[in-house]
Amino acid sequence: MDLPSWITQEMIDIAIKVVQTIVILLGLVISAAWMIWLERRLLALWQDRYGPNRVGPFGLGQVIADMLKIFFKEDWTPPFADKAMFWIAPAIAMAMMMLGFLVIPLTDTIWVGDLNIGLLFFLAIAGLAVYAVILGGWASNSKYALLGGVRSTAQTISYEVFMGISLMGVVMLAGSFNLREIVHDQQATWFGFIPQWNVFAQFLAFLVWVPAALAVTHRTPFDLPEAEQELVQGYHTEYSSMKFGMFMVSEYVGIVMVSALTTTLFFGGWDVPFVENEGWFLSFLSFTGKTFFFMCAYILVRAALPRPRYDQIMAAGWKVCLPISLVNLLGTAAVILWTAPGATA
Amino acid sequence: MAADDAPQAKGLQHEIVREVYRRFGESGFLFQATVDGMPTLWVEAGRILDVLRFLKNEVARPYRMLFDLTALDERVRKHRDGQPASDFTVVYHLLSIDRCNAKELGGGDIRLKVALTGDKHECPSCISVFKNANWYEREAWDLFGVVFTGHPNLRRILLPPRWEGHPGRKDYPARATEFDPFLLDQMRQDLDQEALLFKPEEWGMKRSSEDADFMFLNLGPNHPSAHGAFRIVLQLDGEEIVDCVPDIGYHHRGAEKMAERQSWHTYIPYTDRIDYLGGVMNNLPYILNVEKLAGIEVPDRVKTIRVMMSEFFRITSHLLFYGTYCQDVGAMSPVFFMFVDRQKAYDVIEAVTGFRMHPAWFRIGGVAHDLPNGWEKKVKEFIDWLRPRMDEYEKAALKNAVLVTRSKGVAAYNAAEAIEWGVTGPGLRAAGVNFDYRKARPYSGYENFEFDVPLADVSDVYTRGCLRAEEIRQSIRIIEQCLNHMPAGPFKADHPLTCPPPKERTLHDIETLITHFLGVSWGPVIPPGESTTIIEATKGLNSYYSVADGSTTAYRTRIRTPSFAHLQQIPAAINGHMIPDLIAYIASIDFVMADVDR
Repeated sequence: MDLPSWITQEMIDIAIKVVQTIVILLGLVISAAWMIWLERRLLALWQDRYGPNRVGPFGLGQVIADMLKIFFKEDWTPPFADKAMFWIAPAIAMAMMMLGFLVIPLTDTIWVGDLNIGLLFFLAIAGLAVYAVILGGWASNSKYALLGGVRSTAQTISYEVFMGISLMGVVMLAGSFNLREIVHDQQATWFGFIPQWNVFAQFLAFLVWVPAALAVTHRTPFDLPEAEQELVQGYHTEYSSMKFGMFMVSEYVGIVMVSALTTTLFFGGWDVPFVENEGWFLSFLSFTGKTFFFMCAYILVRAALPRPRYDQIMAAGWKVCLPISLVNLLGTAAVILWTAPGATA
Repeated sequence: MAADDAPQAKGLQHEIVREVYRRFGESGFLFQATVDGMPTLWVEAGRILDVLRFLKNEVARPYRMLFDLTALDERVRKHRDGQPASDFTVVYHLLSIDRCNAKELGGGDIRLKVALTGDKHECPSCISVFKNANWYEREAWDLFGVVFTGHPNLRRILLPPRWEGHPGRKDYPARATEFDPFLLDQMRQDLDQEALLFKPEEWGMKRSSEDADFMFLNLGPNHPSAHGAFRIVLQLDGEEIVDCVPDIGYHHRGAEKMAERQSWHTYIPYTDRIDYLGGVMNNLPYILNVEKLAGIEVPDRVKTIRVMMSEFFRITSHLLFYGTYCQDVGAMSPVFFMFVDRQKAYDVIEAVTGFRMHPAWFRIGGVAHDLPNGWEKKVKEFIDWLRPRMDEYEKAALKNAVLVTRSKGVAAYNAAEAIEWGVTGPGLRAAGVNFDYRKARPYSGYENFEFDVPLADVSDVYTRGCLRAEEIRQSIRIIEQCLNHMPAGPFKADHPLTCPPPKERTLHDIETLITHFLGVSWGPVIPPGESTTIIEATKGLNSYYSVADGSTTAYRTRIRTPSFAHLQQIPAAINGHMIPDLIAYIASIDFVMADVDR
């Protein structure tokens, strides 16, 4: 079939890319929304109860029902709130978490953005995401929301620092900020049976990354900004209807995003150990399977752990995690220098 | 008048009364004999502070705890033989833990009364002696209009600030039908809300320090962790609590006033709802007290059944505590497991009593009916179910490192502070005071059971939690002993005042029929007298002080609840901590607002 002359190859590429992007982001949002169902069912399983099991098979339709309900709820903006900021905060929350996902390669061929500063982009986005919480807390003009916002600020500052430092070891090993390069770097094996995943080579960094990853998404035990028992609902106490829904879904988008990132950075991304040239389907399964595992781990953590006090979390961040990540950074640098070609010369 | 001069009539059989006379002289005092045998002395208002100070600080084995303080409207009381003239009487109940043992004559307590007459009902405030008199005096003023001179902040505590009148008084009606219809128009609503606004200056608080403004955070009465309609206003510097003011009364139903309206028998369901997690355990002090006034001795089977059901409710209450305690430090799962266990306990309770949370099952002189067939099997199943679960919880919850760091050393107080604030129950035992009323002055046959009283060194959030977990185990032991040694016999005392009376002989002789008819239609007429009964309830010491005036209803019923005292202590224990500590502390107190406000 002959295409009209004005359609160039470039345009076709762009169209394909656009469709791919839309599909990936839609898939992300939908899987995040369904994660609410997953979380409720898994929590129920671990807590000796049923969870939502009435709407559709296994209660899968619960999410649709909840979405419909939340769309038709009264969208109330408190008269004492700073309107513009109040409205913009949930949008920031949603947008930042989705942007963060853009740089993550699902397989070697399926991805949205192949940035050579991919990891830096993620760190920048994670830094910006806190504005949602701060603005939401501040603009609500409510004391509980404010306390939530303040806690969030302090928590983010403490945790961004060593999260960045802990990931630098990974970057040094791969020699690139590009996430595809980082995955490629993990595809070999040691001695033929240990996959060269960063979780082994960068175990200390992984240890520090886990709490940081929880903190980025404000999940138990780092859910201080919205600590239900203390601050009612923290920074989104005053939110209702879909604005609240956006905060809620963005939290789950964040979980999917961070789980995907954990897979990419520490567990070889789409890599299937001992298989050469997996092909896009097997790669995709490998990637989603690993990501799903970490999503479930998030939920298990929530079911299992109490919440430390705010100052205890700060102390753990500055006094434990930061030194560990620094030691890891120096250690990695030393090893790289030691083994680099010409190092002994 | 010869009888009045007898040593018995002056109370000389009581060592403490002799000591008071020795110190202050006999004139000005009047000894009153009461049904419960507790030494009761009328003291002149001008001298009450000296007497209190003497009893608290100077006697050997001192009375360190102000257990209760309340007022009594005497104006229409008929049977007051030998008592001084009084319109309003302030009643002090002091408790000495050193004296609290089965050998002590009349109990380890002393009751002091101050008669108030004339137009002004004024009594000196005893806050300078007992810190915890603060709330009790506010309550007495709120409900009876007794003015305590020298009180720093004598304002309403249970009723809203704009309330008019003092509802505890006898001339204040108890039924809505005796009032004009209630109207809440916009103006009244605005004024009421305005009155609830917190003004720091009224509580002697500053709005700012040298270099920072304080934030005043209104926590409650609707808050996820307030455990009911409890409000506490926090003065915050960042997240640190500089000072706080607990505000209670949102759950007040006038339970004490209702006792003057209901018959002795029909008041039993009201007691169930005082500590609404305590179920029949709430009936116990009331029932024991009425039985004391009526002179009823109940059969052994009744005692043992009562102990068993009370311990069941101790378990359900403590399980709820356990779950919400973990919940309040952020662990979401444990509470679901504990609720499963509670349901298992309620299954047994339901099989025995027919109801779950509020069975109102104890009766004056017995229990409502005998244990059902096959109760042993159900009880045994429950014991076998709960024991291994308790071990699991300890591993999963109490030994969790995060929970330990959150709770150790938080809101800690020592034995002296606990006694000063009137803390009882696990909160007091965690401070190392071996004081369990079931052991100290056994009631309802507790002397026949083997169980341990768990103790700790310092009462903090962690030890209070651990202690209750251990108490569940001890309660299981008690229930097991009830199961293995349940005495045979009737489930009701054979006594004319037992209510409802035994029915077997009613159709055989007219006397029994008449007694039965009167007992059921009017309710029993309890002979005049005064009595207090204390029990070790789920949350601490719960007592009923009943004044009978020879009628079908109580003349006055005073309910002393542990939670009231525990909430008053909050500022002393929490100032300087952070908000999350307050939430953990509130959880560790284990209170329900119904128990505080009555």
